[in-house]
Amino acid sequence: MGLFFAQLLTGLANAGALFMVASGLSLIFGVTRIVNFAHGSFYMLGAYVGYTLMQVLPGVVGFWGAVLLAGIIVGLIGVIVEICVLRPVYSAPELFQLVATFGVILVIQDLTLMIWGAEDLLGPRAPGLKGIVRIMDEPVPQYDLALIAITPFVAFALWYLITKTRVGILVRAATQDREMVGALGVNQSWLFTGVFFLGCALAGLGGAVQLPKGGADLLMDFNILTSVFVVVVIGGMGSLPGAYLAAVIISVLNVFGVSYMPKSTLVLMFLVMVVVLMFRPFGLFGREEVAGEHGQVGEPERPIKPAGLKIRLLVAAALVLLGLIPVMGSNFAVVLVTDILIFCLFAASLQFMLGMGGLVSFGHAAFFGGGAYVAALFVTYAHTPMELALILAPLGAGLAAVLIGWVCLRSTGVYFAMLTLAFAQLLWSLVFQWGDITGGDDGLVNIWPSAWASSNMVFFYLTLVICAGGILLLRHAAHSPFGYALRAARDSSRQAEAMGINTKRIQWVAFAFAGAMAGVAGGLFVFSKGSVFPNELEIARSFDALIVVFLGGVKTLSGGWVGGASFEATKDYLTRFEYWRLALGLLIIAVVILAPEGIVGSLRKLGERTGILNNAEDKR
Amino acid sequence: MSAVLTVEHLSRSFGAIKAVDDVSFVLRQGELLALIGPNGAGKSTCFNMLMGQLKPTSGVVKLNGEKITGLAPRQIWRKGVGRTFQITATYSSMTVIENVQMALISYHRRIYSMLPYAHRMYWGRALELLDTVGMADQADRHCAVLAYGDLKRLELAVALAHDPKLLLMDEPTAGMAPRERIALMQLTADIVRDQGVSCLFTEHDMDVVFAHAHRIMVLNRGQLIAGGSVDEIRNNPQVQEVYLGGGMLFNAAEEKADA
Ligand SMILES: Nc1ncnc2c1ncn2[C@@H]1O[C@H](COP(=O)(O)OP(=O)(O)OP(=O)(O)O)[C@@H](O)[C@H]1O
Ligand SMILES: [Mg+2]
Repeated sequence: MGLFFAQLLTGLANAGALFMVASGLSLIFGVTRIVNFAHGSFYMLGAYVGYTLMQVLPGVVGFWGAVLLAGIIVGLIGVIVEICVLRPVYSAPELFQLVATFGVILVIQDLTLMIWGAEDLLGPRAPGLKGIVRIMDEPVPQYDLALIAITPFVAFALWYLITKTRVGILVRAATQDREMVGALGVNQSWLFTGVFFLGCALAGLGGAVQLPKGGADLLMDFNILTSVFVVVVIGGMGSLPGAYLAAVIISVLNVFGVSYMPKSTLVLMFLVMVVVLMFRPFGLFGREEVAGEHGQVGEPERPIKPAGLKIRLLVAAALVLLGLIPVMGSNFAVVLVTDILIFCLFAASLQFMLGMGGLVSFGHAAFFGGGAYVAALFVTYAHTPMELALILAPLGAGLAAVLIGWVCLRSTGVYFAMLTLAFAQLLWSLVFQWGDITGGDDGLVNIWPSAWASSNMVFFYLTLVICAGGILLLRHAAHSPFGYALRAARDSSRQAEAMGINTKRIQWVAFAFAGAMAGVAGGLFVFSKGSVFPNELEIARSFDALIVVFLGGVKTLSGGWVGGASFEATKDYLTRFEYWRLALGLLIIAVVILAPEGIVGSLRKLGERTGILNNAEDKR
Repeated sequence: MSAVLTVEHLSRSFGAIKAVDDVSFVLRQGELLALIGPNGAGKSTCFNMLMGQLKPTSGVVKLNGEKITGLAPRQIWRKGVGRTFQITATYSSMTVIENVQMALISYHRRIYSMLPYAHRMYWGRALELLDTVGMADQADRHCAVLAYGDLKRLELAVALAHDPKLLLMDEPTAGMAPRERIALMQLTADIVRDQGVSCLFTEHDMDVVFAHAHRIMVLNRGQLIAGGSVDEIRNNPQVQEVYLGGGMLFNAAEEKADA
């Protein structure tokens, strides 16, 4: 009983920081409709800034002053980010904002590394709260008790700010009816900036306040991100009480999970989320999201036409050139291009579902990594030959996509994105924590191609045939009745339903198809590397694919593979430098703001302007 | 003549608002029936319940004697009902003719097919349909750049693609120039006459209604307050009352420029 109670207290203490970060994210989303993926980075900054301040400021006042100051400083950094990066993309679809905030994550990661170095920092203990107290014979750190006491005050202050002050009333009005606030003559952009300040300050506060418990390290940003998203989604986007309740549920669940089911804590968290969302698709306290709220950027999407003879010849020539690489190029080039081809197929599969279907999935890595693990598991445990494993990979990934799609497609927009992310994380945690079967962090190794395909050259040709074939297949599907129906469901689901199209089912099939194609890429990936690790299922992998589709151009047919090739090549080049994340992050942000049409879209525009390509509409 | 559409005690409330309140009527084979009423009378709500976009709070809708309440729009469409929307709904990333081809592909149950090129399918038939509404010369234009009136005509062509028995048109001429309106309603009247289609439509332009409707029903605050021939409605004092206290309005063609 005593142990039980002590654990409950630990859970409540952990809920403190989690709530602060989550409520910040929730506030920002509620008002600006931006899903701030960089929120974990602000939390990390809070920890580092707080650490530095605590070195300088002495005593009890110094400690708490440092926590508060850290919050304010991080809030100001948030303001800079908001003004420079987010203002230009408020009216854009979710994907643009996601990509922009992902760029911010990369930039902050490298800046933190530059300033504070790679070493983990041990948090200083809070002056006056260094001891432990015995509660029912169990030791409980004093600092935990302090956190338990403080959190309700923060929550209360926030609640007071939102419900009782004029600013708060504006914020609430903006959360509920954004157009009305504009009509009231409130300067919306400064309201957004203010909310961003508050949200980031909360994240910074959370980071600083947990220093005595967790310290500061460079992985904090992604580590908290998942829990924060789970909390916000369970509680309901934009709801403060929801965020608090969910933070407590998740934290307590985690503490008990660690003691009683140490192998499934992460899985548990996502299971709770999935169950909540199945019964309440918009979270415990969330309100229904109106789909299609986001605007368009640039001109409306163009009609598509299958490539003409000229383009086909060009593609054929390019494929022949690719085929010459093993003959002409170095072994290094062969391996690099193999990697790029696999990644291109992965990106193209996401492009199909995202570009044609408007289904912005944040968890596409589930099917890439899923396919990879299916192949690897069969080879490891059943000694399946490569040929069969390459067929089983897409089947497994496709099956997973059928199940996951069934749940996720019950919601739309941001919630759809969050659900896909949650499932990807669920798979990741399954793989990560069930080490007995999956090898956990050590991955599965020694998975090599069949003898006939074991040379780099032969495997290259195998990859070339399968990936080019897959990309062409996806492209053909876009021009087929199926692809048209998918676009119809995206353009106007009302009209599509009124002409006999079951829009949900079309999207479901597309989701499964895209998942299976990602599985093909995953299968090839395992055999090209000889091993697979959980990071193939990570958020970062899903984001890679999203960024690539975005860079290539969402509203284009070839965006996926063009973006994939450019991204992989750029990354291969940039990673030779120490601060490559910084460069990549800045590059991504620049593209979002300056060339939102992506590479293919911008090239097409350029071609039309110079007269190399002709635009059908101009001629009339 | 047999009843194509039978509506019995149809009601729908939004919270405390009774948007449609105990509406009953019959639409007969080959009839061009107008449903009129001021803004917010409940016309669109009625249409949405007929086509399955909205579930009625109570009441029954029958198509050729068969109950269709509770079916999804796509199932009602398969039973031979076509509709156009008050706010046009078209596929803005496709060309004009592809919009019609999409309906034909769905009609022939080919939407899951991945082999053929969609833009070649049922092309001739699609062009025929576009020709019916006078849009054939714009077949290859991008839908997103069309004028509003042209979008309305395109929607009509799309609604005709599966040879419907019943056509529901919610303000088919809104946003068109007066001459275009007359032409479009004339076209609708021709289709009704030539193809044996029955049609229910709403319209704010009384000139258009009086010129073409076979019969008129008047909806006010969710309730049907009158129904009958054109002359009966024109001279009905209660109807004149509803329309701005009578008199002037039946000649005021431009009551509302709906967008
Ligand atoms: N989804 C909804 N939620 C709440 N109220 C609604 C909803 N849809 C319609 N209403 C209300 O129902 C009433 C009838 O609306 P409806 O759109 O059917 O009118 P209408 O006759 O089509 O008007 P108009 O001529 O402007 O198109 C209005 O008072 C409207 O505000
Ligand atoms: Mg209406």
